[in-house]
Amino acid sequence: MSLRCLSVALALGLAPSFVLSTQLRVCAEPDNLPFSHADQSGFENRIAEVLAHDLGAKLVYSWQPQRRAFVRKTLGAGLCDAWMGVPADFERVLTTRPYYRSTYVFVYGKRPLRSFDDPQLAALRVGVQLPGNDMAATPPGHALALRGAVENVVGFPVYGEHPAAQRIVEAVAKGELDAGIVWGPAAAYFARRRSLGVSEATPPSALADLPFQFAIAIGVRRDAKELRDALDAALARRMSTVERILDDYAVPRTP
Amino acid sequence: MPAARADEADGEWRMPARDYASTRYSPLAEITAANVRQLKEAWSFTTGVQAGHEAAPIFAGGLLYVVTPYPNHVFALDTAGKQRWKYDPKPQPSSQGVACCDVVNRGAVYDGGRLYFNTLDGNSIALDARTGKELWRTKLGKIELGETITMAPLVVKGKVLVGNSGAELGVRGWLVALDAKTGKPLWRAYSTGPDKEVLIGAGFKPFYGAERGQDLGVKSWPPEAWKIGGGTVWGWISYDPQLNLIYYGTGNPGPWNPEQRPGDNKWTAGLFARDVDTGQARWFYQFSPHDLHDYDAINENVLVDLPIGGATRKLLVRPERNGYVYVIDRASGEVISATPFVHITTSTGVDLKSGRLQYNPKTQPKPGRVVRDICPASPGAKDWQPAAWSPRTGLLYIPHQNLCQDAGTYETSYIAGTPYVGAEVRMKPGPGGHRGEFSAWDPVAAQKRWSVKENFPVWSGALATAGGVVFYGTMDGVFKALDANSGEVLWSFRTSSGIIGQPVSYRGADGKQYIAVLSGVGGWAGTIVSGEIDARDGSAALGFVNAMRDLPKYTVKGGMLHVFALP
Repeated sequence: MSLRCLSVALALGLAPSFVLSTQLRVCAEPDNLPFSHADQSGFENRIAEVLAHDLGAKLVYSWQPQRRAFVRKTLGAGLCDAWMGVPADFERVLTTRPYYRSTYVFVYGKRPLRSFDDPQLAALRVGVQLPGNDMAATPPGHALALRGAVENVVGFPVYGEHPAAQRIVEAVAKGELDAGIVWGPAAAYFARRRSLGVSEATPPSALADLPFQFAIAIGVRRDAKELRDALDAALARRMSTVERILDDYAVPRTP
Repeated sequence: MPAARADEADGEWRMPARDYASTRYSPLAEITAANVRQLKEAWSFTTGVQAGHEAAPIFAGGLLYVVTPYPNHVFALDTAGKQRWKYDPKPQPSSQGVACCDVVNRGAVYDGGRLYFNTLDGNSIALDARTGKELWRTKLGKIELGETITMAPLVVKGKVLVGNSGAELGVRGWLVALDAKTGKPLWRAYSTGPDKEVLIGAGFKPFYGAERGQDLGVKSWPPEAWKIGGGTVWGWISYDPQLNLIYYGTGNPGPWNPEQRPGDNKWTAGLFARDVDTGQARWFYQFSPHDLHDYDAINENVLVDLPIGGATRKLLVRPERNGYVYVIDRASGEVISATPFVHITTSTGVDLKSGRLQYNPKTQPKPGRVVRDICPASPGAKDWQPAAWSPRTGLLYIPHQNLCQDAGTYETSYIAGTPYVGAEVRMKPGPGGHRGEFSAWDPVAAQKRWSVKENFPVWSGALATAGGVVFYGTMDGVFKALDANSGEVLWSFRTSSGIIGQPVSYRGADGKQYIAVLSGVGGWAGTIVSGEIDARDGSAALGFVNAMRDLPKYTVKGGMLHVFALP
């Protein structure tokens, strides 16, 4: 919170969360298309703009790569008020109601891959995102291991130049991989530009309780209930615009 | 060696472990079990940095040197605590978001009028110890790939030895030797990959069969997984001048979950002996093959010669993260004994014939399955915090944890456009309800002599002295002196913040013995205070916060050097 805003808020005798009425400070990853980019070309940038406008607040960015403990180092450190696009049941933050729900998808070239029951699965070269945390994997990573697909699976760490999803889709387009199993919004965005096949990934029955779909919301500090409520109200008012933006970016959505 | 020079060396503390054998034993004996109760704080110095202070103060040539956690400021102080110079390496701020477990630094090394240290953003730097002038700086790590450096270097025969951190993030571990004069790399040994990159050649003679074979750093992994396989080198290095070998451990395999990386995952979670001139490996021993529990094997290696089985043998004593104290023949790599020093449920023992850890299948993590009472927890029986060895008592003084963890079912997590699920890990106190312990271990008898239970994990280093006194600090901010024989607490001092630093001892300009330690809580165990994590967030700091919720009631953050002496 800037000192000037704080002093204005205090002079008016308002709780600091009402500073929102002048500024909406959003932390965003500078190189994470289609979600966000420093040139504000991501769909989350556009949604943030719509919400800030609705609330009569000036949109201010703090460009921070999403790395380890990014919530603590951004929201927690007071660098911003909100992160767009976090899972709705992400415990580290207080979340708004979800504004879309998406799914992991298969991305493939000439040879379609649409199921973990594909008999050739273990022989195909498949790329997945590696979140980089002890013992953690994306849901497709677990499903591949269950199917014994280990030898030909290629992991793409989130650290590196350009988003891991982009690197996977490029590798499929070049024929270096047969397929990728990637979080839907990023997969669809990059695959569309390379005319690749995309189809929804559903978990094998043995992993039926493993989530492949995630509802996505806006995260704020856990004590920022008023801001959360204001964002919820703005989302409700602007939902049709938000839907249109998601359509523009071909974000695959599930009910 | 002339007497005067030997005396001078006695009174100095030039590297975090004090000597190449990593004893952390001071030959100074002015402070004794009989007089330590009169110990008083002589002076203190505030570093102005808030993160966890894990470094050892260094004393050489009449000056005391301190490296802080990020932003890695270096201070030179005279023996009255007056600042002589300060150096700011200006590390990249983005390195803070990459470090896994607080932005710590484990210290500098003094050698031949120079001070060597590493920065979080992956630089190794040499300074003129008198003036603080930068002599060279070599960029070694790539922050963009998740590489950081937190370890203290070791300087051996004109080479500065440095390794990287960041195994969870798909970093491939290495140790590099830099020319101490120029900072130019002389050799680099990777922890995974083909033999020629691991520096394994004709001279490689591991003791056990599991380590023999061509390119095991490739073949014990799924294809290409070794390229991002971890095995980072962020702990301690020892050196035996007679054998001309260095000893250091490698971190956990990464970043895959275990089921996606079948195989032993060489050469992670194990111990290398290498020729310091060429970097060529002599032997390797894997403490935790195909690591399941994040048991990085980066702990200290204490080199001692002791009578075992009727003959004096050259040994390496090592309290390991997996819960055993290993006694290893440091010439051959043979494990002579491996004895539990904490409650262990993840394994049932070490088979001395094959050298292999015997995992307990009941505590293996499986996605979607609840596994309770995984002991020791991921930080292990003991983490980086180094033990001290007293040749006077023949005991190893081990600061350690008493923690177990439960791994629950899926917890939604998220990073950079990638929602995912991790096991919901929550650490908790082990049997007895205390979270830490300070134990005196007899490596010949392979048994614990005495131990002091502590409320919090003992995350500080240990110091042993010729005066028969041992020192350590607690996370709630109490610096303690114990009788080295009995473990009786003889003296304690309350510091402004919790202690996770390494205590040292030196002789000041006035000829008196001083004890110095940094306070400033933090580190993986203490981020709840230094990083102001919400205590409701039990799975934060990879599940450590659950076991540390009450720490903020005991201490606040902030780095300070404390120096003590007799009146």
